[in-house]
Amino acid sequence: MSSKALKQPPALRTFSTIFVVFWLVIAAFPFLWTLWGSFKVELDFFSKADWRNALTGARTFVEYGTAFTDNGYEGAWVQEEFWRSVLNTAIVCISVVTISLTLGTLGGYALSRSSFRYTFWLLIAALIFRAMPPITLVSGYLLPFFEWNLWGKLPTTIVVLVAINQPFTLWMLHSFFQKIPKELDESAKVDGCSQFQAFRRVIIPVMWPGVITTGLFSFLLAYNDFAVTSMLLSTDNQTMVPKIASFLGTTQTEGNVMFAVAAVVSATVPLFILVMFFQRQIVSGLTQGAVKG
Amino acid sequence: MKHKTFFWFFLPTAVAMLLFIAMPLVSVVMQSLFTPHEQVFKIVETCDPFGCKQSTGIDLEATNSLRAEKPLGRFAGLNIYLDRGHLASSEVAAAWLKSDGIGAFFNAIGNLPFYRAMAFTLTFTFLVTPLAIILGFVIAVSVNSLHRHLKGLVIFFSLLPMIVSPLIGSLVLFWMIDSRGILGNALQWLFQDPDLSLKASTGLTWVMLMVYGVWHTAPFAFVVFYAGLQTLPQDTLESSMIDGASRWQQIKYVVIPHIMPLVTFVALIQLMDNFRVFEPIVGFNASAHATSLSWFIFNDLAGETRLLSSASTTSVLTILGVCILLSPVLVRTWRDFNRKV
Repeated sequence: MSSKALKQPPALRTFSTIFVVFWLVIAAFPFLWTLWGSFKVELDFFSKADWRNALTGARTFVEYGTAFTDNGYEGAWVQEEFWRSVLNTAIVCISVVTISLTLGTLGGYALSRSSFRYTFWLLIAALIFRAMPPITLVSGYLLPFFEWNLWGKLPTTIVVLVAINQPFTLWMLHSFFQKIPKELDESAKVDGCSQFQAFRRVIIPVMWPGVITTGLFSFLLAYNDFAVTSMLLSTDNQTMVPKIASFLGTTQTEGNVMFAVAAVVSATVPLFILVMFFQRQIVSGLTQGAVKG
Repeated sequence: MKHKTFFWFFLPTAVAMLLFIAMPLVSVVMQSLFTPHEQVFKIVETCDPFGCKQSTGIDLEATNSLRAEKPLGRFAGLNIYLDRGHLASSEVAAAWLKSDGIGAFFNAIGNLPFYRAMAFTLTFTFLVTPLAIILGFVIAVSVNSLHRHLKGLVIFFSLLPMIVSPLIGSLVLFWMIDSRGILGNALQWLFQDPDLSLKASTGLTWVMLMVYGVWHTAPFAFVVFYAGLQTLPQDTLESSMIDGASRWQQIKYVVIPHIMPLVTFVALIQLMDNFRVFEPIVGFNASAHATSLSWFIFNDLAGETRLLSSASTTSVLTILGVCILLSPVLVRTWRDFNRKV
């Protein structure tokens, strides 16, 4: 709003500021509340007597002598072995991101540099695959995976997640590659590069921003997946999200709810950090498809 | 690029997608047409001094050999599609004949599990999408008028509801609206009703799930619209002002037409994503009051006996639904491509 004529009248300005604050509270408060409450006992976090107990931790003080307790975290990480799921999630996410970027850059590059008709049909097929809810494919996986004894293992899930990620990765990288002028690889080829060398030595170095953005979204897809990981992983190999869902089945016994709360907070922290460092890339990725058309 | 080079570049993704998307898809369609074998019975006659008795037993050997021979099961054609758990053709026909008036007919259909899931999925999709778009637009316009330094901070917090896993996000809200949680308490105080529980009534559960849906999807709309507002032509805005347009008229005649393409983009993406609503139902533990198509599949697969045929049938029906929702995008992409070539 550079122009003076476009300056808002004070009433409108106040109103929009209040609205933004209101939205911020809606967006952020649930997370802060849960973070704060995860250090309390269940009777404070779910307080029938007085909601302020969740803030002051009255019951926690009675039980532990301080207003904060790491009991929930200890229960989740040590007793319920949440660290195992954290490790599994790390393995799954890193593998999925690496493999899908490798396959995706090759495929997306090819799609952006070929002008034959079949590239259109490949992109359409990818779009349809992207639109299908992943859970609709799960019943197709189960029989062969049981038959060949692949069910429940991490590598199987990684491969499945890579494949499910592929359509999205292809679309995103395809549109990033199209922004890079074709003259760049042509001049490389004139200098004696093969197509692959042109891709490897000339295109990829200028593609890093696009690759990082796409990688972020692959990471989020793998990290947040519940439908596939909960159906394809055995209990020992569960990643964080299905593990948290399995905590919920045992909420009857006291204290277990706080394990789930602590686990939820633990699983949110990496995402928090991710947004903090990569906000610009995430925003550019979200608007990527939009600005194009 | 030559065909051959293209082939080698594209081969790895093509293999991944063929093996783990296309082939499972074929397998899902096949499974939806077959049902598991029934056990083979045999009649055994046991004779003792007091006479002979016939008893029916399971012929394990024959059952197993039949299963090994045809692992897919018996061919059922479209029977599974039409059974009570899915499209329920005979029940719908009966309801149509019996009930007097449209209301009674829809009531009867509402008791069939598939149609109940369908009703929730469609209501969710077509209510959450426009509400999230409106909320996102209002946030974008308000944030756009903020001071430069505040914008980054607001965007950071706005991204959170969208980026956390749907299951985690719904759990966080679920704990707050629990009757002992802070929001649940606040609502009880607000309505002066100490027994108020959002979990107990179907209507309130639906509202709760949709509020979650809007909370989860509005940030996407906000970010896209916000990016669109950055490219707003200032000259047009200024000249509309000189022509005497009020603030509301500026928004109506300048801003909204400018970001209209973005609105269709966001709407299409959101329709696709909301149609697969699933995790919130698990997170809010709401399956008694609201089920969606994806939840239906999950429920069939998660049980002790995995009902593969039933799950596959629902999957095929869900994919058909997605294709219908997607058809406008496909047409648009087709036009775009033709324009480019």
